[in-house]
Amino acid sequence: MKSGSKLERILASGAFAVTAELGPPKGPDVSVVMRKMELLRGVCDAINVTDNQTAIVRLSSAATCALLHQNGLEPVMQMTCRDRNRLAIQSDIFGAVALGIRNLLCLTGDHQVFGNHPTAKNVYDLDSIQLIQMVARMRDESVTAGGDPVEGEVPLFIGGAANPFGDPFEMRVIRLAKKVAAGVDFIQTQCIFDLPRFREWMKRVVDQGLHEKVYILAGVMPLKSVGAARYINRNVPGFSVPNSIIKRMRAAGKGKKAREEGIKICAEMIQELREIEGVRGVHIMAVEWEEAIRPIVERAGLLPRPSLED
Amino acid sequence: MIVAERKPLSEIIAKVEGYNRLLIVGCNTCVAVCQAGGEKEVAMLAAALRLRFRDRQPAMEIIERSVERQCEEEFNQVLAEDIAHAEAVLSMACGVGVQTLVEQFPDAIVLPAVNTKFMGRPEERGVWSERCIGCGNCVLDKFGGICPITRCAKSLLNGPCGGSENGRCEVDPENLECAWQLIYDRLARLGQLDRLLEIEPPKDWSTARYGGPRKIVRKDMVL
Repeated sequence: MKSGSKLERILASGAFAVTAELGPPKGPDVSVVMRKMELLRGVCDAINVTDNQTAIVRLSSAATCALLHQNGLEPVMQMTCRDRNRLAIQSDIFGAVALGIRNLLCLTGDHQVFGNHPTAKNVYDLDSIQLIQMVARMRDESVTAGGDPVEGEVPLFIGGAANPFGDPFEMRVIRLAKKVAAGVDFIQTQCIFDLPRFREWMKRVVDQGLHEKVYILAGVMPLKSVGAARYINRNVPGFSVPNSIIKRMRAAGKGKKAREEGIKICAEMIQELREIEGVRGVHIMAVEWEEAIRPIVERAGLLPRPSLED
Repeated sequence: MIVAERKPLSEIIAKVEGYNRLLIVGCNTCVAVCQAGGEKEVAMLAAALRLRFRDRQPAMEIIERSVERQCEEEFNQVLAEDIAHAEAVLSMACGVGVQTLVEQFPDAIVLPAVNTKFMGRPEERGVWSERCIGCGNCVLDKFGGICPITRCAKSLLNGPCGGSENGRCEVDPENLECAWQLIYDRLARLGQLDRLLEIEPPKDWSTARYGGPRKIVRKDMVL
């Protein structure tokens, strides 16, 4: 075991893992965290906490993760390179480990032009691959990026992201291979709507044997409405919702019926993804809709979640 | 070259309206080539200001001058008399030129008339784009001659982020190409795609502006 985290143990046991995402509040309102964490209790193995996602300022990932940990839940701390240089990143990682956090997802981070502080100066001192390598060395060789010894252990299960839908397509497997070489332990992919392209990407991943070196969790996102699907198609680069799904969402109508259809489509997607060689789990990103996660996991036949008590 | 863009006329007017004797100094090197602050632009700006202040009594005096390279003191010597006469100097050079005048003529009030944008090149008529951020340690050989530090919005050194779509950068798809698409295509053309598998370590930014203001001292040249 590299970290002994619950997520690592579940994946190592061969169980199909379920992770979900929790978006912290846009301020220090702990009650929001408490409400959302209860929606996720018992329905997933670990909870990703976003780090100023889409460059919008929110309660810090480390603090939110610490709250989850104190309340008996398993956090995955997301860490981007947009807002911190290598000093701040390492310091925050030490802090997270000291507070009991054992999973870290290493990301480059969305550019600040998309957020609520577009005039900010970005950092990008490191990129996600350099971040993965730095954390792996902190953990495995007990040295900082600057070469000094680390006081204490850094038992982190190191994650990374993969976007099989960005261009150039050929670079997408190369990027994964580099993350593996850098020392990544698990991957959570971008939301999958385009199943054929994801299959093509996974085929190449499997052909290179990368699926045996890293746990791959396929990303999914439930759609709340046909409008949400259209919004994604128009505004989110790198992925598109196929017409077949848009048709189903449109046919479902509005409100509760649309949300139910969105949950159903998401659960079906999970069942399809489970059958793909090399997919070891699923990562559910229900942005500001954490209520959807329990019914999705239930409908996908993934409840109850494995217990590691024994 | 250094690419600049003239400031909006309203901003320039606000800066100069308190003065009655104005000297406009262009620079005939980079900013002339990018048509922001050369001799021609000095004439255009002077005409616009004369029009704006035509009713002023006494009339605003506007002197037009241009030098070859405002960033070098020897080219600015000819300005001494005009600068002494003027209440304010409106420099149409890049920020280096403005500061050269300030250092050379410490009593003069020197105002910038252009915004210095970047080191770049003209791509087509009327279009200039950035090519170098002056990081102080050139790595172009590693990336097929395309600089990811300058041309990737996140300065990524190990491949594209998820925001590359159809060769465009998500930050500004209309105007920006994805640097990593360009690098990929170029390395493919050169038969060097295997280079993409190498992990590029964290960059030493100390040679860039982050290490503090930079200076080169060539002992072999110092008198």
